Amino acid sequence: MKKYFALLILALILTAGVRAQAYVTKNGYIRFYSEAPMEKIEGINRQVNVAMLPATGDFVFKVLMKSFNFEKALMQEHFNENYVESDKYPEATFLGKITNIKAINFAKDGSYPAMVEGKLTIHGVTQVVKQNGTITINKDIVSAKAKFTLLLADYKISVPSTVVNNISKSLEITVDAAMEKLNK
Amino acid sequence: MRNSYKVAFLLLLLFLPVLLSAQDDLMNVLNDNKPPVNYTTATFKTTRIVIGQSIENPAQGNMLILITHHFGALNTGYENLFGLKQAYIRLGMEYGITQRLGIGFGLNTEKNTWDGFLKYKILQQKSGGKNFPFTLSLFANTAIYTTKWEHPERKNYTSSRMTYCFQVLMARKFGNWFSLQLTPAMVHKNLVPTSEDHNDIFSLGAGGRIKITKRFSFNAEYHYLFPNQVVSTPAYSSFSMGVDIETGGHVFQIFMTNSMGEYEQAFMANTTGRWSKGDIFLGFNISRIFTIVKPKEFRK
Repeated sequence: MKKYFALLILALILTAGVRAQAYVTKNGYIRFYSEAPMEKIEGINRQVNVAMLPATGDFVFKVLMKSFNFEKALMQEHFNENYVESDKYPEATFLGKITNIKAINFAKDGSYPAMVEGKLTIHGVTQVVKQNGTITINKDIVSAKAKFTLLLADYKISVPSTVVNNISKSLEITVDAAMEKLNK
Repeated sequence: MRNSYKVAFLLLLLFLPVLLSAQDDLMNVLNDNKPPVNYTTATFKTTRIVIGQSIENPAQGNMLILITHHFGALNTGYENLFGLKQAYIRLGMEYGITQRLGIGFGLNTEKNTWDGFLKYKILQQKSGGKNFPFTLSLFANTAIYTTKWEHPERKNYTSSRMTYCFQVLMARKFGNWFSLQLTPAMVHKNLVPTSEDHNDIFSLGAGGRIKITKRFSFNAEYHYLFPNQVVSTPAYSSFSMGVDIETGGHVFQIFMTNSMGEYEQAFMANTTGRWSKGDIFLGFNISRIFTIVKPKEFRK
């Protein structure tokens, strides 16, 4: 019976292990950029929550929409009120995996190409996405970087015809998250 | 046999975290962080509900140009083209000094009145990590009319030209489509026509907005003037209603009101028109925001 308990405790420790092994940050960076004939719009968020599990390659993002800052306050208001509807959909999330996690050696400093696949939810709409990025290991810091394009229509963000010259239909997204081990 | 059960049980326990989906578990790691504070924004589209102040200020470093126009009263008939022949105008400018403090100036064609005000946001409605049910701003202004003295033969004091207004603005945004504001206010006049007239005139205002679409809303505003304060001249409560139309950079407000005046003292304590008599003024506000000082991150 004692042995049995020991095994149970061991199992519980392993369950809790997810936390112990995770790399996380609260200060990830996401920038989006829209270039239209009349106007360039840039939104920067430096408070992105990111977590990654090297053992399995699981990779998640949580982005508070109201934390995007803009050059013009009016852009920010329109972004939150009219486009992403932050009151209704306060967060964007990504739940996915680094599919080639085995190819990344976390013990050795360097830059590794990473293939990421998962479910991206923005404005209440979930899409399966597949993108390439890089993972850079530098001592205790694991940095995830990526650059890709999103189509507003995929996330049911509608642009009225009066501002089609101000807002591009596709956004260029830049992601940069420097993560550290959770329990250090 | 019993041993093999144990081994199976152990294996099940070992794989439990995997079965529970590591991604969700990882998301829970992120959710362990205190939820961020969600400050309510855009309770009203602009700094006016209809004719009166809303809790909003221009954002820090932003300038707002506000042109207010009231036509004459509808009941002046065809001869006067139902008021279209008259115009009462206020040219206004507002600036967000900080995210909480706003300053504004205006020039009114009514008796060449200049007004200047400060508006400070003390409390902010918020949810998430911290909760607070409403936003509270304080407003104070001074107005001075600059037309010639009506009785130049007697001794006149500059202070007699001056009036003041103090307001407490309390507003809550309910969901995304409805905002309500209560506005207790006091107007102080340095000089009143007779000794029966009060120098301090109290009113209680309420206003709201119903959003019909993302860029269109219906707004209404009422300022109840407590009786027996303004005695020697007619003065009634002010009621205005209209719509907000937002087009990218501009907000247009088109409304009807029984107040000819366009600054606080004028419509809170000197509304001479009555809806029931057809003293209805068609009016509009046009406001436009300009970014003067960009946030640090975007300066190049």
